[in-house]
Amino acid sequence: MLTKDSTSDSANSAGQVLDFKDVTKVFKSGNRSVEALQGVSFQVRPGVITGLIGPDGAGKTTIMRLAAGLLIPSSGRITFFGVDILQHPSRVQSSLGYMPQHFGLYEDLTVRENLDLYADLQGVGHSERPARYSQLLDMTGLAPFTSRLAGQLSGGMKQKLGLACTLVRSPSLLLLDEPTVGVDPVSRRELWAIVGGLVKSEGMSVLLSTAYLDEAERCSWVVLFHEGKILGEGTPMNFSAPMKGRTFSVSASGIQKRSMQQRLMDNPSVVDAVIQGEQVRVVVKSGVQTDAESLLPGAGDVMLREVEPRFEDGFISLLRERVAETSQRMSFDIGELSSSQALSAASGPIIKVQDLERRFGDFYAVRGITFDVGRGEIFGLLGANGAGKSTTFRMLCGLLPASGGTLRVAGLDLRHSAATARGRIGYMSQKFSLYGMLSVLENLQFFGSAYGLDRRRRATRIDWALEQFELQPVSSDTSADLPLGYKQRLALACALMHEPDILFLDEPTSGVDPLARREFWRRISALAERGITVMVTTHFMEEAEYCDRLAIMAAGEILALGTPEQIKDRMRTDSQPEPTMEDAFIGLLEEHERMEANAA
Amino acid sequence: MSETSQSLPPPPVRFGSLMRMNGLIRKEFLQILRDPSSIAIAFLMPFFLLLLFGYGVSLDAEHVPVALVVEAPDPETASLAGSFMASRYFSPTVYSRMSEAITAMNERRADAIVHLRSDFGRMIYSSGGAPIQVIIEGSDANTGRLVSGYIEGTVQIWLAQQARFKGQSLQAPVDMRPRIWFNSEVRSQNFLVPGLIAVIMTLIGALLTSMVVAREWERGTMEALAVTPVTMTEILLGKLIPYFILGMGGMILAVSMAYFLFEVPLRGSLWLLIATSALFLLVALGMGLLISIIARNQFVAGQVAIIVTFLPAFILSGFIFDIASMPVGVQVITHLIAARYYVAILQTIFLAGDIWSVIVPNTMALFVMAVFFLGVSRRKARKRLD
Amino acid sequence: MWRRIVALMRKEFLAILKDKKSRIVLIGPPIIQLLVFGYAATYDLNQVPFAVYNEDQGEASRDLLAKLRLSPTFHEVAIVTHDAEIAPLIDSKKALLLIHLGPDFSRNLDQGIPAPLQVIVDGRNSNTAMIALNYIQSIVEVFNKEWNATQQLGTPRAYLVIRAWFNPNLESRWFIVPGIIGLLTLVVTMLVTALSVAREREQGTFDQLLVTPMRPTEIVLGKALPGFIIGFAEATLIMVVAVYWFRVPLLGHLVTLYIGLFLFLLSAIGVGLMISSISLTQQQGLLGAFLFLVPSIILSGFTTPIANMPPAVQYVTYINPLRYFMVVLRAVFLQGAPFLSLLNQFWPMALIGIVTLSLAGWLFRHRMS
Repeated sequence: MLTKDSTSDSANSAGQVLDFKDVTKVFKSGNRSVEALQGVSFQVRPGVITGLIGPDGAGKTTIMRLAAGLLIPSSGRITFFGVDILQHPSRVQSSLGYMPQHFGLYEDLTVRENLDLYADLQGVGHSERPARYSQLLDMTGLAPFTSRLAGQLSGGMKQKLGLACTLVRSPSLLLLDEPTVGVDPVSRRELWAIVGGLVKSEGMSVLLSTAYLDEAERCSWVVLFHEGKILGEGTPMNFSAPMKGRTFSVSASGIQKRSMQQRLMDNPSVVDAVIQGEQVRVVVKSGVQTDAESLLPGAGDVMLREVEPRFEDGFISLLRERVAETSQRMSFDIGELSSSQALSAASGPIIKVQDLERRFGDFYAVRGITFDVGRGEIFGLLGANGAGKSTTFRMLCGLLPASGGTLRVAGLDLRHSAATARGRIGYMSQKFSLYGMLSVLENLQFFGSAYGLDRRRRATRIDWALEQFELQPVSSDTSADLPLGYKQRLALACALMHEPDILFLDEPTSGVDPLARREFWRRISALAERGITVMVTTHFMEEAEYCDRLAIMAAGEILALGTPEQIKDRMRTDSQPEPTMEDAFIGLLEEHERMEANAA
Repeated sequence: MSETSQSLPPPPVRFGSLMRMNGLIRKEFLQILRDPSSIAIAFLMPFFLLLLFGYGVSLDAEHVPVALVVEAPDPETASLAGSFMASRYFSPTVYSRMSEAITAMNERRADAIVHLRSDFGRMIYSSGGAPIQVIIEGSDANTGRLVSGYIEGTVQIWLAQQARFKGQSLQAPVDMRPRIWFNSEVRSQNFLVPGLIAVIMTLIGALLTSMVVAREWERGTMEALAVTPVTMTEILLGKLIPYFILGMGGMILAVSMAYFLFEVPLRGSLWLLIATSALFLLVALGMGLLISIIARNQFVAGQVAIIVTFLPAFILSGFIFDIASMPVGVQVITHLIAARYYVAILQTIFLAGDIWSVIVPNTMALFVMAVFFLGVSRRKARKRLD
Repeated sequence: MWRRIVALMRKEFLAILKDKKSRIVLIGPPIIQLLVFGYAATYDLNQVPFAVYNEDQGEASRDLLAKLRLSPTFHEVAIVTHDAEIAPLIDSKKALLLIHLGPDFSRNLDQGIPAPLQVIVDGRNSNTAMIALNYIQSIVEVFNKEWNATQQLGTPRAYLVIRAWFNPNLESRWFIVPGIIGLLTLVVTMLVTALSVAREREQGTFDQLLVTPMRPTEIVLGKALPGFIIGFAEATLIMVVAVYWFRVPLLGHLVTLYIGLFLFLLSAIGVGLMISSISLTQQQGLLGAFLFLVPSIILSGFTTPIANMPPAVQYVTYINPLRYFMVVLRAVFLQGAPFLSLLNQFWPMALIGIVTLSLAGWLFRHRMS
């Protein structure tokens, strides 16, 4: 373990690949100016992977673009092997490999044509190409697909092709901007293996940004970002080590896992509590006496087991220290139950899906899936981008006709049912679709009216939403300019304006920082406890733990269906006694591929 | 790579920008081939627009509906009516009462009324002659003026015939003998079709390029391109050359349609037509490129391209409305419209021939505009995001 | 139901008017275009450059030329003395026409022999050429009439008394400016509506809208009404400029005009929303709007009469709402046409509007990515 202080001294910066010194970046839009980076200093060391970790909007992409010479710093200095990037951008750029978000591929060109283009641009001689190509194609496993259009590759393959394109001529520094966003866990692991291999065999230096905290543990050096500032830097161990002795796994027989988590979160000595299987993983404040009684007063049968700290624990506790506690609400009131909910309190599944199928041309986006969801249940659809989650979702909401099979939401097919039936569902779409030009209040007013609330009820609900979602201070701000966390809260508030029975949430937490995510799930749990059915999609494996039941999807099919524990149990082996949801997912995918291969 | 290396690694061996340009151009062509929308813009749009407009836009009025009011039929009125019937310009309807004719005009069934009063047969032998009252539907002033000219001509011919039958000669003291150069049969298509080519190519040139640079920014590919040794000039040329070739294809299609389909005579030389068209295409593409570079967003780029190309080229290029007759302020504005110069060149090369006194100054103007648009594009185009 | 529609309308307005760029697009270009085009789009000629080649020394030729020189329509740019000078003048467009009086012009006139007046005109723009010739013809006629009167010669047995109704001085501006009202109203409504659904689809808010209890009819109404209000405001503004700035007479009843405007907006908004609901991206919407705008302007009778088009093209114009509105505008402005006489223009616009709006509403739900 390194004993180095988190702010490294500048004396040894001369030997660094990349050196940011007191860099500030201000963006101006109209008469507003936003400080994306505030006095950032850090170095990228040679021959290792340096990770930029932080939620969306923390300034990771700005750093990447500054490093690539695509942006000019407002103040400060950036040097690359001692050369100022501002003064010699083209010299620096010719020895960089940069993969932007979304990989910078030409989707209407084939794999081979993309490689050719970048080889031409990088000045790779025709004689060197065959050897280099075969090396890259072997490494990425793209060799069988050279004549396929990049647009028709899966997310993971695109990511690997993007990487291959930046490696056509071996760069001295590889910049990867969120290379794993929206990519399935298998591809994520493969990417890390490739990058790790490059570092080991070619001594390449890598700067990589990510919002996945678990990826931080694979970096040699981690720089933590939050709202344009460095929160801390060091090896991953630097962050998790101080948490030693503060992390526990709690289980109690008499209490439901979600309410146990609630109660733990409300405990002032608890920093973090997340559901993990049937247990709750707890991080406590330092120097706090920890026993079952103090954590869950009054609950019997409480088991407490100390567990290994993770990088995430360190990050969360750092964030909690820095970020004002004000945004952490201790309770969430969903308001009085409306009459329609009382009416429909009949038993039986509220969502029934049977052999649901959706074709686009001869491509099956969803192929014969069957499941049902009970009242008050949180049901999750888990899978990578393109697995068919959103298509399923849109069919359930009546936005897309099914090509085959039946589906019933509260006994109705929303596509053909009367408009009033749609008044019973709330829908929150991917990317928190709101009217960006409108203010927060105007958005709430609009959705209130769109759901047909009368003036009085609308006014009460708007007051409720502003109060419960802490939107009062920003109520007259233009919603497009809000930070992502606020947008997410506003989107949820809009979907709840009419007190729906069923809530559809499509990727509700993507890009949001871990604290906002916890807060969000807290609200969802509270809603479920009041009998509201929640249907949610996510590609964050750990979020599956919040669901009562879930379906894991890949290539339009359901690979597994059940409670989180049941699904993990399927993958429990002697070599893997405690599989995580990600392990289970990868295991299921591999099993599925083997079956496909056997069938073929 | 050693940890102590303090200097920048040497730049890669220079294979010259030729390889990079080659890569960019090949990429652009592949994209054009895979996304048929640019091929549609380059070839289908000129084809259909020229077809539709070439036939649709015409200022030659024929078979103009005319109400002939004959209050007292006699041999004289019958022979005058016969003259109208025989003319290809008119399709007359005969009424016996003025009120009926007025109703017809109000209902837009007649563009003019020729009124022969009941005393026509008597007055024609009086010393003063007989008045023929003509009422023109004047709301469309241009057509109104044409119709009134046609009516005058028809009546003059009739009067001359009448005089000849009676053995008299009826000659106007001054006899105007017009000679219309370059377009003796006065086909409006002969000047409209070259003008339409200019309008359509302005549109297509700007549409082809206005979105392509913006598209690279929007899809994030420009970011990846920018962090390679490629220079901005190479990127711009890599865009310009493929779309220039595509645009020339569309241009040749349009010119062939003008020559073969609309039978517009080509009196100048083909090479001059091609050379000036190439220059004009550069201006149009340059304008699109500049819009695209400034907008960095396909949507805004498209919107701007539409606002600044079509209507200005249609109305201010002189292709249909005479520039010299516009107020001075508006004339100044027309100098900013590239189509204005190209219309003058096209109408001259097609109808008059290689007249250097027209071609040289207009070509110079196009050249200046091309240099301006491409130069400003190059200056404005940055590899940086801010 | 109305609460939801009003809410949607309010939202549309806020979305359009809060954005500075779209506010400018709505107000700036239409006014600039009205002013520039109002002055530019005219077939009336003035300051036509002409050259004189006068080989005659007589008084009659001087009289005739004086009439030309005094006319504001013509502007003398050169005097030619040799045949060889003619071609360069016309070729280079320095002069649009050349008046040639032969050496015997005056003598012929005095002897009662018809004196030829040769006019050479540049036919590259044959329309301009014909108009210029007409102007000269009428000057010659005035001269002839005066000559006959002074020389006590016999008059022809019949003469024309020509009057133009609705536009006594045959000013093109009276014809073109009302047309521009239709043109710009169309452009503005297309810009407002053709992107509105596509934009929401792209931003994902359209899904959000479709899962609310709103019915397609309500969405159509909520999307269409802002277009109506903006269209009415814009058209009224342009009409005020047409009447008070360009002094185009407005003879007919405002009610008739506004009924026409209402029906035109109905059809234009219908087409706009239909294009918008077919498009999956704003770019497709923009291209679609554009591909609709260009032919509908050219084939509307705005600059060239529909009657001059070949029959097949004339049939195509029947689906163009602007064609009908052009007739309404000109008839109401210049002719003071009564409501009933325009029924044949009204019902096709209403039909186009109803069909396209229903299609748009149907497409909201059935056009999916």
